[in-house]
Amino acid sequence: MADKNEILAGLAEIVNEETGVETSDVQLEKSFTEDLDIDSISMMTIVVNAEEKFGVTIPDEEVKNLTTVGEAVDFIANAS
Amino acid sequence: MRTTACTLGRRRERREMSQKVVVTGLGAFSPIGGTATETWENAVKGVSGIKAITDDWVSQYDLPVYIAGRVAQSVEDSEFISKVETKRLDPSGQFAVISARQAWQDAGFSAGDAEEADELDPERLAVSFGTGIGGVWTLLDSWDTLRERGPRRILPMTVPMLMPNGSTAAIALNHKARAAAQTVVSACASSTESLHVALDLIRSGKADVVITGGTESAIHPMTMASFAKMQALSKRNDDPERASRPYDVDRDGFVMGEGAAALVLESEEHAKARGARVYAELAGTGVSSDAYHITANDPEGSGAARSIDEALKAGEIDPSSVVHVNAHATSTPVGDPAEATALKVALGSHTDQVAVSATKSMTGHLLGAAGALEAVMTVMALKDRTAPATINLENKDPDIDLDVVTEARDLPSGEIVALSTSFGFGGHNSVAAFRSVD
Repeated sequence: MADKNEILAGLAEIVNEETGVETSDVQLEKSFTEDLDIDSISMMTIVVNAEEKFGVTIPDEEVKNLTTVGEAVDFIANAS
Repeated sequence: MRTTACTLGRRRERREMSQKVVVTGLGAFSPIGGTATETWENAVKGVSGIKAITDDWVSQYDLPVYIAGRVAQSVEDSEFISKVETKRLDPSGQFAVISARQAWQDAGFSAGDAEEADELDPERLAVSFGTGIGGVWTLLDSWDTLRERGPRRILPMTVPMLMPNGSTAAIALNHKARAAAQTVVSACASSTESLHVALDLIRSGKADVVITGGTESAIHPMTMASFAKMQALSKRNDDPERASRPYDVDRDGFVMGEGAAALVLESEEHAKARGARVYAELAGTGVSSDAYHITANDPEGSGAARSIDEALKAGEIDPSSVVHVNAHATSTPVGDPAEATALKVALGSHTDQVAVSATKSMTGHLLGAAGALEAVMTVMALKDRTAPATINLENKDPDIDLDVVTEARDLPSGEIVALSTSFGFGGHNSVAAFRSVD
């Protein structure tokens, strides 16, 4: 299992690249849509880039369950 | 009933008569400048934007032609686009957004979009933009990604980035243009034809303001190889700055360029009401189709001549008031003389009095953005009363009987008219006629 802090930092970079949201704002309890204002097409881009970066597969049907940053970090940690 | 119909007819006539359309904003992102001002200054000085391409793909594919006019400023260095926006736009869309924001700012609106600006109604603001190929980089990069890394690596923004209307839609979104957002695809005539559509949008009463222009980013190994295979490109790889040489006896094809240019067009009434600065009037436009050959020019130039004629008639312009033409003149052996013939057919003996500039000698050929860039230069020529340079004309082709401006030259005072002509593969002809305002 990969280190969750590393995953969070890596995910924050991806979110920043795609949306301009500051990396420091990408925190475990934040909701992608409600708090970070990320639309579905940006979310899918983040997923593609996260799969590449962490060497995991995040099935399309799983993406809707990843509402918070913490849920995404947990999923990636368990999948890697 | 009869009275009503007559009254309506008269009203419509009055409305059309009063619908003078003026240019109130200019933007450009070109091989000779990151802004319209810089582009214009370099066009007057005679600065070439053509360089050798040094990317790995030149040697990787052993390309027969590897010179081009790339944008003078990198997108990353432009203040008119954010890093996040570039992620969601094909390079053609990035160039388009940059040029449109410049033109918008130059037009002096009170806010960045029509919703925020009190003097504008979003439902009276339109976009009409042209492109020759659209998001070809995105299309081909995504194909590479699919083949090399599989479908899971395809980005979800691929379709909106590659669609030819992507640039138009991005501009409409940025500035909240809700009247219409139309894309013209007519090869190298695209963006002059987009001006034709824009003029119509205002004259028909559909819009008060239109952001118009064109964009292209097609300096890709596949497109370079394709144009080279047609024998359309100059092979003067060892002397890039002198490769684009319209009207010269030693011209051997065009040089690929890239970039975008935009103009804000506005009904005179609307421009006056908000106290806008007016550069020039877009007096008339003309379009025609050769239906002669898919790529070759009609040597008689009759289709091209008809488009010039139509622009003059639409603008109620006497040919004798035309003092300057920014010619399509791509530097191909057959194209340049055919277009010169067309000009002579349309303007008759007055052609001798016309200062002809071929600015592709400096910028290369921006395909679907060429007409818009040349329209920006034509407007600046009227405003500054200066015809820009044509570089590399060392030995003029004796078959081309035009007064070509080799070094920037003054244009006369008083009311004058200048034309910008664009002709594209497919037999598309389009012309914009601008009239001075002061």
